[in-house]
Amino acid sequence: MAALAVALGLTGCGGARTDAGSSGGSTSSGDAAASCVDTSGDSVKIGFLNSLSGTMAISEQTVRDALDLAAEEINADGGVLGKQLEVVGEDGASEPTVFAEKAEKLVSSDCVAAVFGGWTSSSRKAMLPVFESKDALLFYPVQYEGLEASPNIFYTGATTNQQIVPGMDYLKEQGKTKVFLVGSDYVFPRTANKIINAYAEANGIEIVGEEYAPLGHTDFSTIVNKLKASGADAVFNTLNGDSNVAFFKEYKNVGLGVDTTPVVSVSIAEEEVGGIGVENIEGQLTAWNYYQTVESPANTTFVEAFKAKYGEDRVTSDPMEAAYTSLYLWKGMVEKAESFDVAAVQDAADGVTFEAPEGTVTVNGENHHIAKTALIGKIGADGLIYTEWSSDEAIEPDPFLEGYDWAEGLS
Amino acid sequence: MSPAGTAERRGGAVGRLLTGERVRTLAGFAVAAVALFGVAPALLSDFRLGLLAKFCCLAMVAVGIGLAWGRGGMLTLGQGVYFGLGGYLMAMHLKLADAGPGGVPDFMLLYGDGTVPGWWEPLRSPVVTVVAIVLVPVALASALGFAVFTRRVRGAYFAILSQALAAAFAILLVGQQKVTGGTNGLNGFRSFFGYDLADPVNKEMLYLIAAGTLLAMVAIVRLLMRSRFGELLVAVRDQENRVRFLGYDPAAVKVVAYAVAAAFAGIGGALFVPIVGIISPADVGVVPSIGFLVGVAIGGRATLLGPVLGALAVSWAQTSLSEQFPSFWTYFQGALFIVVVAFLPGGLASLGGVRRRWRAGRAERDDVPDEVPARAAQAPTTPSETVTSGSTP
Amino acid sequence: MDALFSQLFAGLSLGSVLLLAALGLALTFGQMGVINMAHGEFMMAGAYTAYVVQSLIADAGVSLLVSLVVGFLVGGLLGLVLEVTLVSRMYRRPLDTLLVTWGVALVLQQAARDIFGAPNVDVRAPAWLSGAVELFGLGVPRTRLFILLVAVVCVTALALVLKLTPLGRRIRATVQNRDLAETSGISTRATDRLTFFVGSGIAGVAGVALTLLGSIGPTLGTAYIVDAFLVVVAGGIGQLKGTVIAAFSLGLLQATFEYSTTASIAKVLLFVVIVAFLQVRPQGLVSLRTRSLA
Repeated sequence: MAALAVALGLTGCGGARTDAGSSGGSTSSGDAAASCVDTSGDSVKIGFLNSLSGTMAISEQTVRDALDLAAEEINADGGVLGKQLEVVGEDGASEPTVFAEKAEKLVSSDCVAAVFGGWTSSSRKAMLPVFESKDALLFYPVQYEGLEASPNIFYTGATTNQQIVPGMDYLKEQGKTKVFLVGSDYVFPRTANKIINAYAEANGIEIVGEEYAPLGHTDFSTIVNKLKASGADAVFNTLNGDSNVAFFKEYKNVGLGVDTTPVVSVSIAEEEVGGIGVENIEGQLTAWNYYQTVESPANTTFVEAFKAKYGEDRVTSDPMEAAYTSLYLWKGMVEKAESFDVAAVQDAADGVTFEAPEGTVTVNGENHHIAKTALIGKIGADGLIYTEWSSDEAIEPDPFLEGYDWAEGLS
Repeated sequence: MSPAGTAERRGGAVGRLLTGERVRTLAGFAVAAVALFGVAPALLSDFRLGLLAKFCCLAMVAVGIGLAWGRGGMLTLGQGVYFGLGGYLMAMHLKLADAGPGGVPDFMLLYGDGTVPGWWEPLRSPVVTVVAIVLVPVALASALGFAVFTRRVRGAYFAILSQALAAAFAILLVGQQKVTGGTNGLNGFRSFFGYDLADPVNKEMLYLIAAGTLLAMVAIVRLLMRSRFGELLVAVRDQENRVRFLGYDPAAVKVVAYAVAAAFAGIGGALFVPIVGIISPADVGVVPSIGFLVGVAIGGRATLLGPVLGALAVSWAQTSLSEQFPSFWTYFQGALFIVVVAFLPGGLASLGGVRRRWRAGRAERDDVPDEVPARAAQAPTTPSETVTSGSTP
Repeated sequence: MDALFSQLFAGLSLGSVLLLAALGLALTFGQMGVINMAHGEFMMAGAYTAYVVQSLIADAGVSLLVSLVVGFLVGGLLGLVLEVTLVSRMYRRPLDTLLVTWGVALVLQQAARDIFGAPNVDVRAPAWLSGAVELFGLGVPRTRLFILLVAVVCVTALALVLKLTPLGRRIRATVQNRDLAETSGISTRATDRLTFFVGSGIAGVAGVALTLLGSIGPTLGTAYIVDAFLVVVAGGIGQLKGTVIAAFSLGLLQATFEYSTTASIAKVLLFVVIVAFLQVRPQGLVSLRTRSLA
């Protein structure tokens, strides 16, 4: 009798297969994903998708705060094309699969006009197929490893030639010849270090060590021992999150210091300095495109508004600024296109500019990144980061590093 | 000896007594089939149906855990490994298929050296892939199972080892970015054995396959549990030494159950990939591995349908609750675990009359504790009719 | 040569961290058979204790020493509450304890996130622990020496307590033969509670000590829990000696593997070694001789 039950199950299963076989073969996808965005009323829906739980919540909550601020400002100012923004917020739970699921929900169930969010490379990679197959828009606000340009994603953080390459330019300018690479074991550090290796080879810099620690790794004695023994005169640090704390404490304890072996970090922003401890990291360098201390009228307004909304003790950082900017850039694109339609927005994107807190940014219509100024900063005793060196003008985004001879063969 | 697969017929008297039970089971399957194949596709939007398909894949792992843990007493904290193996094998095949004959998957061009490593090559073949999805998890589980169970490493030790396995597996996947995609995992699949994955019709097909596979797995577990193997498995859980004294090899029984659980997890992982469109180390590590247990514990670990329904309910609750209250969900999940396991070890299925007791005097006990450490083994907590009571010296 | 010595020390230091993390477990898991997945969260509580104490006492040196004591109490009290409310009901169901305490761990993590905020907090190291001292011609970080010292002190104290005090005798008696101990007039319930208090208290101390090395955040405990359990399992149950040897061996192995390969591969190799080792000695390095079959 139990066999019958199995047979039942199998019949169901088999039925499904044949059924699917016939229909799957005859139908092609085509434009199955017609837009369901409702623009008839006096409001329009947009989606914010950030991790509010899990390990990435630390960072992504700040991005959400910045996005909320921008939406509030835009609504107070009359909305976009006269329509108020209606925000649908979702939690990515620090898991790529949840990002994919929630992205699909925002696009197909909530019918939002655009989604803003994502942080880790894995969350972006997980969402990319969703946005491409549904032909929807994602604004991604974090510096990342480059080598990507989807028509459905706008990248408002730095790509490699706006952060990593300037970071190396700076070290070269300082006369550093032996660089040690340390990073967390995941996509961004490995890709970044691949680029750094190519750069170093072409610029007479020796890479004296390249070490990766598993995410969340807390014991850096061996890696720091290797660093110390390598005779490096600078460190390029792509560690993520908690590991930075353990690394910098160890680094300080074995007697390394800013004077002899400065560390350039690309994942430490104002938010993280407090947790690492200013006393462990004061004087170290960072590479970003925005610091809270940037002097511009737009930044003064941004910082004041942010502190007024979330408290005096809060700080602003590069990813937050990039998220804030992303919403305004989308507004600019929609207003230029005079439509919320994805294709129209994509067509209108090229050349849209915004007076952002970091300075004027311009959208590159070809690769959907934005032109940004690179800033090398020094961490001050007050926990804020102060610009030490600037590329002076906005650097055009080049996600595939096509404009750099030494980068040939990297992608 | 090999107790598996000998689905022996019960004696006539017992058989007659079980008729009512069989009818109910058949009716249960019929209802489930109608709900899964008829009602759900008709009522749910494409998006929600996709979610249900994903939940079905997670429930497959739960069915396996129900067998290994609920019936066999092996608390496995590492099912993410087998889920991941199945998932990655499928994902590798899909990546290779998308790349075309002789092609190189896109992420290898970006992060690797642009060549396909030799051990990927066999997965170009769909047949090899499907076979590997079942065989690789089974092989690993059998190897580990033999290593561990024959040395009588059990209970807590096994749980901790399996957890370490999950941790090591996730780290390994992350570390070998050039061939595994690192933290990004594998994603961006366009087709599934030739069918376009963007087409809603094919998505519904995937849902039907997942739902059908899940039902089939439940049926297999039922068959297994009604065989001599099932009796032995429960006996090993309750009194391993006594089974050994009776001339059976408890290790073999355990290995088979563990391997079946691994196969289910692998198949679940393999179907998860085309449905969700991504597999990454975040789906296979320590935390997701324990996550698989939540539904099983809540639904009722030693029942037939408890793990499935529990897993489906928990997945659903997570998706809908975490939308509104992300931090609340964590508390809720923790509290559920505490309350159910501490105070209701039989799961929700032990509440009221949902639990199906066999009437032939062979009570299918679902509130039996896990293996008891040696010093506490003197007092079996639940009276058992199949094994004569007595105390182990 | 230098590299050899510095790696040797790195291994010892890593071993002392593992030992601190595992010592409390050796008591609660090894002696009592309770798998407490919230052990890591007790360490986290200890670390946050150090943070709170430092915000009350400005002097980093004093606050560190005070924290070690307060951390012990905080960890111990958390453990006691857990024992009385949940674990005591489940001594016959060790695997269920594992799941229940995992639920507790989830709740504690989220509670820490809600109380102290998701970002990491910082505990300053006292001046007398900053920098390195010269030992055998190589610079050894003072913080790591301090942690080694804390670990040694904890083990010694625990060993003495178990060996010499009435409490220790009661604990050993209860572990070796619960029924006989009970018959002899020992309150095994009270002994269980005290054992759990001490074991969890050591987790608190470990948490305080770890603030010198790494970050203080809600997930601090999860980084150590798997390793700590492996140490206890490899060391064998019921004897502190095994835990000490296992902690230092695994520390040295990890440091060696990490030096010659990468941190990721080292972790995987370590696991393989432990599984292989348990093939040879399923009962761990050192085991209590009993007549039981298991």
